[in-house]
Amino acid sequence: MSWILILEQSLNGLQFGLMLFLLAAGLTLVFGIMDMINLAHGSLYMLGAFLAAMFVQLTNSFLAGVLLAIPATALLGMVLEVSILRTLYGRDHLSQVLATFALILIINELVRLAWGSDAALPMPAALSGPIELLPGLRYPAYRLVIIAVGLAVALLLYFLVAKTRVGMLVRAGASNREMALAMGVDINTLFTFVFGIGAALCALAGSMLAPLFAVQVGMGENILILAFVVIVIGGIGSIRGALVGAVLVGVVDTIGRAFLPILLGAFFQPRVASAAGPALASVMIYLIMAVVLYFRPQGLFPARG
Amino acid sequence: MKRALLAVLLLLAFPLAMQALGYLFYVSFASRVMIYAIAATSLNLVLGYGGMLSFGHAAFVGAGAYVASILIAEGVASAWVGWPAAVAASAILAWVIGAISLRTRGVYFIMITLAFAQMMFYLVNSMKAYGGDEGLTLPRRAELGLGLDLGNEVVFYYVVLFLLLVGLYALHRLVHSRFGRVMVAIRENEARVEALGLPVYRYRLACFVIAGAAGGLAGALLASHGKYVNPNVLHWLQSGTLMIMVILGGVGHLWGGVIGAAVLLCLEHLIADYPVAWLAQIAPNYQQHASLGVGIVLLVIVLFAPHGIAGLLSRRRHA
Repeated sequence: MSWILILEQSLNGLQFGLMLFLLAAGLTLVFGIMDMINLAHGSLYMLGAFLAAMFVQLTNSFLAGVLLAIPATALLGMVLEVSILRTLYGRDHLSQVLATFALILIINELVRLAWGSDAALPMPAALSGPIELLPGLRYPAYRLVIIAVGLAVALLLYFLVAKTRVGMLVRAGASNREMALAMGVDINTLFTFVFGIGAALCALAGSMLAPLFAVQVGMGENILILAFVVIVIGGIGSIRGALVGAVLVGVVDTIGRAFLPILLGAFFQPRVASAAGPALASVMIYLIMAVVLYFRPQGLFPARG
Repeated sequence: MKRALLAVLLLLAFPLAMQALGYLFYVSFASRVMIYAIAATSLNLVLGYGGMLSFGHAAFVGAGAYVASILIAEGVASAWVGWPAAVAASAILAWVIGAISLRTRGVYFIMITLAFAQMMFYLVNSMKAYGGDEGLTLPRRAELGLGLDLGNEVVFYYVVLFLLLVGLYALHRLVHSRFGRVMVAIRENEARVEALGLPVYRYRLACFVIAGAAGGLAGALLASHGKYVNPNVLHWLQSGTLMIMVILGGVGHLWGGVIGAAVLLCLEHLIADYPVAWLAQIAPNYQQHASLGVGIVLLVIVLFAPHGIAGLLSRRRHA
């Protein structure tokens, strides 16, 4: 196992982690401000990918398709928030889990009715080739673009949350909702806005990842659980925690899948290693989450003091 | 009490009537409903009486299903070995998961139980020796001996019915015992029970383990019923479905899990297998989209009838 391979897998991990961050950022704010479990967040990710596939086909341009899908998903997200999710804030977690679970079923079937079970979103031709980063390290250009977009959005979000007035209100809401309310912050409007941003980030992640993974009904469910793992590791309500958690999960998952079987092979018989390697790699991030929860139940970067 | 007796009599007569009419399929279908009823009832113990929002109950059902299946695949077909082994494995798993998870509260508890269930899901997925993601097909159902052939749908039905009734009776006794009272008290006011000097954590863990063990039994029955098991029994959507059953039926009601499992599975079956002419004219493919209906019904119930069907029934009785 050469260092080039390690570097390449680390970049893959970073790329996946940054996309996870886009999902987790919206989710952690919804969770943090409203103390609301939204399982339907993954459905917005799926909606974003399907909308992007449709718009790309209509406009014949990848960029235009993605740029159209983002506001469209944000709008759908805000409609969802105002019409249904808003009534769930005061309810217990059980109601929230079940109502948003019902939304998953409903949105899945509506997407299937509108577009069928899957859609194609091909990679833009200009970005499909590799780029030579270092002598001997050729890396797909499209993945580099994803990394760049992910980093740019992370910076933008940091600026938005840490330096603007809206961001200040969001932070106030996340650290103490009642106090923010008492100080006259219009939490409802603020939250619809935050939800729209979260949906937009979902659409961005969904459409950027679509050429690498498949666009299909149910794509949101598995990645949603990963996003939950991320925000629980990072600390609910914390953007910084979401970023650290997402990159950690992305890198550990990718590197683990690539190298754990080889690593185990050095210590055990090949038969044992090839059986245990993938199993261990796939449960690794859940183990990290369990360990973090056990020792630091509030996550690595808790938003509430 | 009268109602329960009537329900039991109907359940006892059901396979005889179906056999007379020649609808043997429905005997098998009813067995499946009752197995899910056992699983949902075990979740109801945790959710409804213990007030613990476990989002990973499929892990225990799945563990039981896999332990029982692997034993049958390895040639140990006796139910007297397989089923207790499944129950024991699920109980141990619940003990480990519970011991760690119950140190957390609220949202974190939901998430950590979910994470553990996903862990089990991926572990089972990577067990190539036992089918991996394709699942494991069994040559036969478990063998009970005593002259009872579980391969016979009617016999299997009565065995499942017996276990369901024993389970319901045990739940009834449990929630009316000192233990059950303490569990409900913890659900209502944890701090107060703690102040009374009762070991809240140990009570919760015991409740969690009992429910996990019962879930394991349901899993073992499920594997025998379909002669097939695949990792999807551990998927988190399965945990969600069990939760739906409990909510639909009624959280914290003795019959909640049974009603919920029956209503949900029958609804699915009706939509998928019985075309309604006028509906098919409006929407030709509506039967392939059964979960749209399930989703809408669930959403309406959560928003407007939070106590489920059993809650509606008992409210009407009190009024």
